[in-house]
Amino acid sequence: MADGSVAGGAAVNQNTWTRLDIVARSLSPFAFTLLLVLVAMVPFQVPGLSAIVPSLGLIAVYFWSIHRPDLMPVWAVFLIGVFQDLLSGAHLGVGTMVLLLVWLAVATQRRVFGSASFMLVWAIFVLVAAGAQSLAWLFSSMIAGIILDARPLFFQYLTTVAIYPCIAWLFVQTQRGFVR
Amino acid sequence: MKKTAGQALHFAAPARAWAQRFAFLFLVVAAFALMLLGKADTLLVERARTMVTDAMAPVLEVLARPVDTVGDLVEQTQELADLRTDNAALRRENERLRNWQAAAQKLEAENAALRELSRLTTEPGMRFITARAIGDPGGAFVRSVLVNAGSRDGLTKGQAALTSDGLAGRVAEVGQRSARILLLTDINSRVPVVVGPARDRAILAGDNSNQPTLLYVTPGAELKPGDQVVTSGHGGVFPPGLPVGVVIQADETVMRVQPFVSWAHMEYVRLVDYELPGILLPASPWQTAVSPGAPR
Repeated sequence: MADGSVAGGAAVNQNTWTRLDIVARSLSPFAFTLLLVLVAMVPFQVPGLSAIVPSLGLIAVYFWSIHRPDLMPVWAVFLIGVFQDLLSGAHLGVGTMVLLLVWLAVATQRRVFGSASFMLVWAIFVLVAAGAQSLAWLFSSMIAGIILDARPLFFQYLTTVAIYPCIAWLFVQTQRGFVR
Repeated sequence: MKKTAGQALHFAAPARAWAQRFAFLFLVVAAFALMLLGKADTLLVERARTMVTDAMAPVLEVLARPVDTVGDLVEQTQELADLRTDNAALRRENERLRNWQAAAQKLEAENAALRELSRLTTEPGMRFITARAIGDPGGAFVRSVLVNAGSRDGLTKGQAALTSDGLAGRVAEVGQRSARILLLTDINSRVPVVVGPARDRAILAGDNSNQPTLLYVTPGAELKPGDQVVTSGHGGVFPPGLPVGVVIQADETVMRVQPFVSWAHMEYVRLVDYELPGILLPASPWQTAVSPGAPR
């Protein structure tokens, strides 16, 4: 802003637009993740799908915190988690905590991901998602005070892992198209 | 992609890393606090939920529209293919139903006469509100549906939600223009019902599976697979006699009910505004004991 005001009106205008553009572009992973959370909620009218619909939020947080950690800061992860919890009617805070822990797992193992191939990132996601779903089950059971049936969660885990490459491909396109 | 990740790694300053670590700890504590808050079951959480669903209802509606259109198209094509056989079947059914209609008219007249004779109080009126399902939150632990009607359309908490097949659930949270329907199958759902020709009382309890179980069945009741389950109206929340499902399993350990509702085809739901006379409404101890209670 400071150099813009020195240079005069037109420059300020241009500068502001450029800045807005940059902000919009860097917000796009966050916004895109929120949209995915909504898409996962659309009633697809397929028998049995609603219980095993993949956790797209988990995929998004994992992907962006590996490939663009600067665009998926921890507060964004928190907001995504709270949004998802409030909208889905699940126990408030459970999804948030799980996403935060996934973010931590990626943040502390950044060296591993530095030169990892797609297959390796996917393979690690298989483990991370297993951990995330187990934690979600543990927290939910603790809050509900009973041992919840883990089978739907297991199927949800399988669909999440299976759909990962598709969503990752979408994200790569997003990154090429919007994000700088 | 790899390159950018590498760059970010290089440029991450230690100070920034510390700030992030602190932020992380703070947010984990916040998430934990949210868990406690959610568990404490405060009005605040419910208000936050309805605020978010209200705000997102238009977006969800737009997202759900193409899916509905495709679903309708598929259905219409299928219907077109089965037109002849459907027509023949409907003719036969029509004939059968005419007989039933005659029987029903006779019974209705008889019923009215007997009511008159025994001075039974008339049932309160029912009003229906139709809403479209715009969100199916999915997930492994919750069975609920978001609909595009709220308090401005006359929805209130506790109303019964029906599809054309039978009872689907009950209104659990009401926003201005959206509401959450807690389905019969949700682990928090409890509905007082009567079962079979003997009209034995029981509580239909969800357990997140597709077939809810029957609890607190009248002692000595002999239920068998095929028995019809309808709402009992106990607790004054639901009208009595709404079709729920049939018993599919009845042994010593567990009794399961197959609901009539087809969960995959819940495009529209009807909410029943059941106008009980005002005297019955204040929560008496009896009512709180039998009513489904207020989960969450």
